[in-house]
Amino acid sequence: MPGMLRSPLPLVLLVLVLAGGAAPLWLDAYYLGIFTVAYYFGVFAMSWDLLFGFAGEVNFGPTFLIGLGAYGAGLLNNGGWPMPLCIVGGAVISVIGGVALAVPALRLRGPYFGLVTLVAVLLLLDFIVIFAAQTGGEIGMMVPDVLSISAVVNYWYAFGFLVIAGVILFGLSRSALGLILQATGQDRVEAQALGFNVTKHKVAAFAVSALFSGLAGAMLTFYQGTASVDQMVDLSIAVQIIIAVMFGGRRTILGGVLGSIFLVLFDELLRPIGQLNTFVVSGVALLVILFWPDGVLGYVLRPREGR
Amino acid sequence: MLALQILIDGFAISALYGLGAVGFTLMFGVCGVLNLAHGGIMVIAALAGWWVAADYGAGPYGGAAIGVGVGVVASFVTYYAVIRPIQRSRAIPAVEQEIFILTGTLLWGIMLQVGLDYLFSNNPVTMQPLLTGVVRIAEVRVPQNEILIAVLCWSVIGLLSLLVNRTRIGKQILAASINPRALTLLGFELSNIYLVVWTIYGVLAGLAGVLLASFLGASADNAGALTASAFTIVILGGLGSVPGSLIAAYIVGYAETLTAYLIAPTLRPIPALIILVIVIYLRPQGLLGRR
Repeated sequence: MPGMLRSPLPLVLLVLVLAGGAAPLWLDAYYLGIFTVAYYFGVFAMSWDLLFGFAGEVNFGPTFLIGLGAYGAGLLNNGGWPMPLCIVGGAVISVIGGVALAVPALRLRGPYFGLVTLVAVLLLLDFIVIFAAQTGGEIGMMVPDVLSISAVVNYWYAFGFLVIAGVILFGLSRSALGLILQATGQDRVEAQALGFNVTKHKVAAFAVSALFSGLAGAMLTFYQGTASVDQMVDLSIAVQIIIAVMFGGRRTILGGVLGSIFLVLFDELLRPIGQLNTFVVSGVALLVILFWPDGVLGYVLRPREGR
Repeated sequence: MLALQILIDGFAISALYGLGAVGFTLMFGVCGVLNLAHGGIMVIAALAGWWVAADYGAGPYGGAAIGVGVGVVASFVTYYAVIRPIQRSRAIPAVEQEIFILTGTLLWGIMLQVGLDYLFSNNPVTMQPLLTGVVRIAEVRVPQNEILIAVLCWSVIGLLSLLVNRTRIGKQILAASINPRALTLLGFELSNIYLVVWTIYGVLAGLAGVLLASFLGASADNAGALTASAFTIVILGGLGSVPGSLIAAYIVGYAETLTAYLIAPTLRPIPALIILVIVIYLRPQGLLGRR
């Protein structure tokens, strides 16, 4: 912690938050829209990093949690609930689903855990398609309400949510919970021997991850006016979340935001090469993993922390 | 009638799944690598085989041979460009190597998939069957190609078992899966053994891809699903256990075929996934896994 205070990080963060907050003053609606999506993605990435970076669990199913939040909120909204309640409801459904998945799945280790989370996504995808009458299937589900029709207001919602989620998740990662999770990720047996209830902490981490993923999924649904498989549940979204975290730096929480913004901007930049942009982005992420496994933020932060 | 149809179709599909999964499980058992680019390697072999067979008149057998060759090359590239750098990197702590290999091969698999999508579009291609013609088995019309595929798959699996159990290099592979350290102490070069395993893996994945293309067709979009099904089969059977993988391949193959024929083709993947979840919860090490 003292290393953190000596480092310029807090100052840099303050400048970034101010710059992000003031962005509507000089960015046009098109770029505000891009950043809005990037911010929701940032929350997905931070939630995922809490599990991956700290608890050492490869969760291939972040989109299971996001999809539960998005579709849960959408279904409630179609059932006549007011929007704010739907967002809360979506998050609750996501937490329930997340814990229901985590409690049995956390008995499993490494690849087994990864596979169960992967299967959860595949089953959710199948069920969305089977119940196409209610969920809109592959086309996506329209919702009657939207957050706002103004690009600036939408940007504020996304940015505010990103900052709140960032503060909470970053705080958690630096708290006792974060330390215990990190300890269990590195040596489960020793953490247990020290008297920590490993499973309880991991389930708690999963619940927090599900809460923010579900909230972000629900808000993204109301931002776009649809809950869609392509943008919230598909495995390619999970891959993008993984890329964002690895690129930005795992075990930093905030790196995920950096990675998400990089991904979305890069995507814009590479628009001229069309289809191939996923190829280039994956390639860049692979190079980052091979040569700077701590990611951009990790690379900047680690030496100063004396590691 | 229908029962026989399901029995025959299910057998051929399961044999193909088994062939694809055996390489995957061998790789994990010996090298400790879960290769999430597996589907990408199968598809690149399939598409390369189809391409030379169709555009360069190599014929179905020439195409199949080229496809298998491309599978081996893709397997080497995976090893040298992704796995080795991760295993040798000093910046990656040993405890995290596994998740780095998972993520690294996942990204490499996506690169293969998207690259192939760009080069060949995502329309499924069907390779010319190796054998044309149909035989009737008690009123059921069975394409000869389907029988050939089942026979080929089982012959290759049989050859592999002979290689592992009866030859010198096979015994080294077996030893490497049990205790790599002792093998190094006995003066064997572990990286040579790994290279052999990656070659075998490339042949198996390439052949599975080529046969898949001539049976059900293949496209770049399949890569993810193929990886997921190999992963499913291997975990269901028990990581590292070849007989377990074969049994699991038949469970998954028949569960899918039964669902497709009796309930609805769209529900095809679901029962296998549910079986998998139940088995993993009751017996986390899989059917024949070791712990």
